[in-house]
Amino acid sequence: MSPDGFAVTATDLVKVYGTGDSAVRALDGVTVGFRRGRFTAIMGPSGSGKSTLMHCLAGLDAVTSGRITIGGTDLTRLRDRQLTALRRDRVGFVFQAFNLLPQLTARQNITLPSEMAGRRVDADHLAHIVDVLGIGDRLGHRPAELSGGQQQRVALARALATRPEVIFADEPTGNLDSRSGAEVLGLLRDCVRGLGQTVVMVTHDPSAAAYADRALVLADGRIVHDLDGPTRATVTEALGLAGVR
Amino acid sequence: MPPADVARVGAAGLVTRPLRAVLAAAGIAIGVAAMVAVVGISASSRAGVERELAAIGTNLLTAAPGRTFTGEAARLPDEAVEMAGRLDGVTGASATGRLDLGVYRSDLIPAGETNGIGVLAVRPDLLGPVGARPADGAWLNEVTRQGPALVLGAEAARLLGVHRASADVRLWLGNQWFVVVGVLAPAPLAPELDTAVLVGWEAARSLLGFDGGIGTVYVRTDPDRVADVRALLARTVSPAHPNEVLVERPSDALLAQEVTDRALTGLLLGLGAVALLVGGVGVANTMIVSVLERRAEVGLRRALGATRAQIRTQFLAESLLLSALGGTAGILTGAVVTWGYAWSRGWPPAVPGWAQAAGLAVTVLIGGIAGLYPAVRAARLPPTEALAAP
Ligand SMILES: Nc1ncnc2c1ncn2[C@@H]1O[C@H](COP(=O)(O)OP(=O)(O)OP(=O)(O)O)[C@@H](O)[C@H]1O
Ligand SMILES: [Mg+2]
Repeated sequence: MSPDGFAVTATDLVKVYGTGDSAVRALDGVTVGFRRGRFTAIMGPSGSGKSTLMHCLAGLDAVTSGRITIGGTDLTRLRDRQLTALRRDRVGFVFQAFNLLPQLTARQNITLPSEMAGRRVDADHLAHIVDVLGIGDRLGHRPAELSGGQQQRVALARALATRPEVIFADEPTGNLDSRSGAEVLGLLRDCVRGLGQTVVMVTHDPSAAAYADRALVLADGRIVHDLDGPTRATVTEALGLAGVR
Repeated sequence: MPPADVARVGAAGLVTRPLRAVLAAAGIAIGVAAMVAVVGISASSRAGVERELAAIGTNLLTAAPGRTFTGEAARLPDEAVEMAGRLDGVTGASATGRLDLGVYRSDLIPAGETNGIGVLAVRPDLLGPVGARPADGAWLNEVTRQGPALVLGAEAARLLGVHRASADVRLWLGNQWFVVVGVLAPAPLAPELDTAVLVGWEAARSLLGFDGGIGTVYVRTDPDRVADVRALLARTVSPAHPNEVLVERPSDALLAQEVTDRALTGLLLGLGAVALLVGGVGVANTMIVSVLERRAEVGLRRALGATRAQIRTQFLAESLLLSALGGTAGILTGAVVTWGYAWSRGWPPAVPGWAQAAGLAVTVLIGGIAGLYPAVRAARLPPTEALAAP
C-alpha cells in the first residue's frame, strides 16, 4: 500500500507519437492521482488520449517524459523485466474485446497471470471472486461457449485474481448490450465497495461514468474537467463543454 | 512457466492450422526419412552379411605367395599344404594353382576371349576347407581328377551358359575337350572359385603343362584358434621366406565390403539434405506467419505479465513441436522403407538406434534454428501495438 493513500500517481505526463512534422502529442502534461479503493472514469472525445493515458499508467507503453508510480514504485525507472513483473503482480486489465485466450477454459484464463508468475491462486479468494461474479458454473467452458457478458465477467475475475493494486478497464462495456453492460458496471462498483479495489475505467458512455466515484474529462491530451460523484447529467454537460455532443 | 502450458500453447498454433503444419513438417519428414533409410539399409545389408558369415563361418584363412625381395613372384614350397595341415588348430588344408589358360565353349572362338574366367588346378580335398559344394553333378573323383574333366564355378557356369553337368557338355581348354562333371554352388568365402573352372591337380600337370606351383593355400581352423593359426601360418607354409607369404582372412573382406550402391546412397543423402533445408525454411516461414497471426495473443500475454523469455519459449516450443512432428514421421517412414528394402533383399531389417537419435537431434536443431528468429520477433512485439491488432 502506498503511504500517501494513492494507488497510482502521474506527474507531468507527456507522450509524443512519431517525430518531426508527423509528431502527435497524445498526452500533454497530465498530472493526476488515483486514491486507493476508488472508482474513476476517464472520458473525452475520440483521440483525446484516453487509451494512451491508460496504457502509460499501466506500464504498457513508455512515456516521453513525466513520472508514474503504482503502489509507490516509479514505473519510468523500471527495466522491461521489472515492468512486466509489476503488470503481472500489481495491475489487472479488462479490455473492450474481452481478450480471453480461446484455447483455454475460463478457469485457465483466470489463473493465467498467476501461472506465468509460477504461483498458485488462493483457492478461497478465487471461489469468492467467482461467486461474486456469478460464473461458478461456467469455469470449465471455453470463451467461445460463453456470452459476451459472461466473457467480460471472466476477464474481470482474471483481473481480480492477483489482488492487484489497480484495475484498468478500457471501454469494458463497449461490446456489450445495455443490460450486460450494466451488470458488469455494477460488478466493477461492487469490487470497489466490497473488496476495496481501485478501478480506473475509460469509457465513452456518460451513464457508465455515473457508476464511478469520480470522472476525468480529457481533451487534446489534457485533463479539462475533474468531477466528484458524477451523474449522467453532470458528465454530459462536462463533455459538451469539452466539445462532444 | 509450467511445461504443460508451454506444450499446450505450442500445440494450439499447430492444431488451429493443421494442413499448414503438415505441409511444413513434410519437408523435415522427407529429409529425416531419407537419412534414416540410407543408414538403415546399409545396416541391414551388413546384418545380412553377418548372418551369412555366421552360417559359413569366419574360420577360413588363405596363404598365397607374394613377391620376393627382388620383386619377382614368390613360390611356396611344394609341401606347404601338408605343413599347414599339421599346424595345431587347423582342421583342414587344401590348395589351388593358377594356370594361364582360357576356356571356351568351342574350338572356333579366338584365344583370349575368356570372359575373365580363370583355370585352377585343385587338390581333391578343396571343398571341405573352402566350404563349397556341387550344386549340380559331382566333385572330381579318383578317376575324373586324372583326366580331361572339370568342375565349373557358379559364376563361370553362368558366363559360359552351362547350367547342368553332363557328359555331353564339353569345353575347349588347352587344345582339347574337357567334360563338365559338376557345377559348384557359390562359395562366398572363396569368390575366386566362382569365376573359375577347376581341373584335377594331376590332370593339370599331365594334360595342361601345369608346373605344380601353389597359388593359394586354404586353411580351415578351429573357430577359437583363428588368431593363433594366423600368427603362425606364414612361417609354417614357407619356413625359409615367411615374409613372402600373404595371409588373409576372406571373411574380413566380406565384412568390409560396401554392399549398398554408393551412387544411390549419395543421391539419397543429397536428397535428404535438400529436403531438410527446405523443411527448415518451411518451418521458419510457418512460424513467422504464426507470430503475425497471433500478435493479439502475444500482446495480451505481455500485458498480463508474460516476460519476453516466456514468449520466446512459447514460439520456440511450437517450432520444436512442429519439426519434432516431422522428424518422428520421418523416422517412422525411414524405418518402413528400410524394412521393405531389407525384406526384398532377404536381409534382417536393422535401423540403428543412433540413426534414430541422430534423426531426432537434427530435427530439434532445425526446429530451434528455424524458430529462433520468429520467436525473438514475437518477444520484441510491444504489448500496446500487439493489443491493437484485431
Ligand atoms: N501508435 C500510435 N502512433 C501514432 N499516433 C498514435 C498512436 N496511438 C495513438 N495515437 C494518436 O494519439 C492520439 C490519442 O489516441 P488515443 O488512442 O489515446 O485516443 P482515445 O482517446 O483512446 O480515442 P478513442 O476514444 O477513439 O479510443 C490520437 O491522435 C491518435 O491518433
Ligand atoms: Mg481508445
